[in-house]
Amino acid sequence: MTASVVLQSITKTFPGGFEALAPIDLALEPGSFTAIVGASGCGKSTLLRIIAGLETRSTGRILIDGEPVAGPGRDRTMVFQDYSLYPWLTVMQNIRFCRTLAVHARGATDAEIGDATRRSVALLNLMGLARVEHAYPKQLSGGMRQRVAIARALMARPAVLLMDEPFGALDAQTREVMHDLILHVKSAERRTIIFVTHDVEEAIYLADRVVVLAPHPGRIDSIEDIPFTARHRDLRLDPAFLSLKRRITDRIRATAGMTSDLDDLKSLTEPAG
Amino acid sequence: MTERAKTVSAPPAARAATPEPQDRRAPLWVVRGRMDRGRYIGFALASFLGLLVVWALIAAAGTINPLFLPGPLAVVRALVAWWRSGDLWADIGISVWRVMAGFALSAVIAVPLGLYIGAYQPVRALFEPIMEFARYLPAVAFVPLVLLWFGLGESAKIALIWIGTFFQMVLMISEDTTRVPMAQIEAARTLGASNAEIIRLVLFRSAMPAMLDTLRITLGFAWTYLVVAELIAANSGLGFAILQAQRYLQTDKIFVGIMLIGIIGLITDQVLRRLHKLLFPWLP
Repeated sequence: MTASVVLQSITKTFPGGFEALAPIDLALEPGSFTAIVGASGCGKSTLLRIIAGLETRSTGRILIDGEPVAGPGRDRTMVFQDYSLYPWLTVMQNIRFCRTLAVHARGATDAEIGDATRRSVALLNLMGLARVEHAYPKQLSGGMRQRVAIARALMARPAVLLMDEPFGALDAQTREVMHDLILHVKSAERRTIIFVTHDVEEAIYLADRVVVLAPHPGRIDSIEDIPFTARHRDLRLDPAFLSLKRRITDRIRATAGMTSDLDDLKSLTEPAG
Repeated sequence: MTERAKTVSAPPAARAATPEPQDRRAPLWVVRGRMDRGRYIGFALASFLGLLVVWALIAAAGTINPLFLPGPLAVVRALVAWWRSGDLWADIGISVWRVMAGFALSAVIAVPLGLYIGAYQPVRALFEPIMEFARYLPAVAFVPLVLLWFGLGESAKIALIWIGTFFQMVLMISEDTTRVPMAQIEAARTLGASNAEIIRLVLFRSAMPAMLDTLRITLGFAWTYLVVAELIAANSGLGFAILQAQRYLQTDKIFVGIMLIGIIGLITDQVLRRLHKLLFPWLP
């Protein structure tokens, strides 16, 4: 149901010589929630896609519960930022999409089929989609669409749930609702979750551990263990939360070699000389 | 500043004279603006009627020899004469059949081939460059070859329509398949879908509306090659009738033939558009 993930010296060099990832070593506990953050171009999405098997790695091994994996597999399902739902299927048909695939449905016993049906209804309810069960994706808001995408990924009972900036296209209010929903999913489903985002606050609020990647080439800069046990809206204003957010943001800026915005502003507004 | 001061100090009577701007009805002349269906149909009908009126006026003025430009009435008379001769329906029937046969034969090969070009890079490398080459070959120039290969029968006419339609169709279908969002494909892949399942359940389903559009557009190509196809030893059909009318300088009958092809095209186009809406209610 859940699994450990071990990355052993994963590297990625694209054809043409661009080095996207320097050796990455990382071990994730079963049922843990890890967020990966970093400046744009640090290879965080590439790393996630390598774990998903959607991108090949140049060297290294990926172990799921100690077993090396190659290529994509139903044990690692992915939630994308957008455009991944099937617009010709209703909400329920999208969620049940994996049941139309041989790898899930071939040779299924009656008990398993009944179980899958119950699970799809449970996921529909868990994600708050019961009222739009028969709607098509075009009729849903961006937030509702991402709920369907998450339910569809969970329907396959993955050991590891991979999320690639799943809320990147949503507005701030919807995002906060989705955060609490994801935490709810985490406690109900107990899957190992790897979550890529550029939003540091989102990373701290959701994850047990935040991995900061440095760019050129992508490598692990630092790992922060998140000490907060209970999540609630006020946590975002907690001084400990804010100082952690400040520290991680500073690390990202330092790794990207960014200067302070104020210096740039000065050079724009003050006359030369 | 003076402008604003004037407006503010204007007496109420003056303000009433120039009514406040209203936004109830969307203006027609806005780039990418909106237009309700009723007005759209009105404009479309007006364009057809306008053309008819201009045509009738030019014919009535009598400055142009009717041999070059017969009037609407002469064309209607030619249509009635064609109908009375008993050939009209037979000519329409055989032409529709030829176009549909050539078109269907194209589609049956082009849809799967285009789908696989859009799915697998090796298939693309094998077929796409050669299709790009073939689509520039002039179909009309194939007339003597088609005669040689297929003889004088129906297959020769169908083959020519196929040559004019197929290559373009393959490339357009492969383009439709290529435009399926990568996220749809990758989501299926991480859920455990095989290549065959991705092609059947995602690529084909996702590209279906665009493919139907492609078929609608390429059906137009098929009709444009009809007249050329009926150059080949035909003794019936709309294209044949046009060619024969040319021989006897029956300009009015040529007009009828051309218009009939246009009307049949317009009707099939509308039917396919309606079918599109019916088949894909999930489209945004």
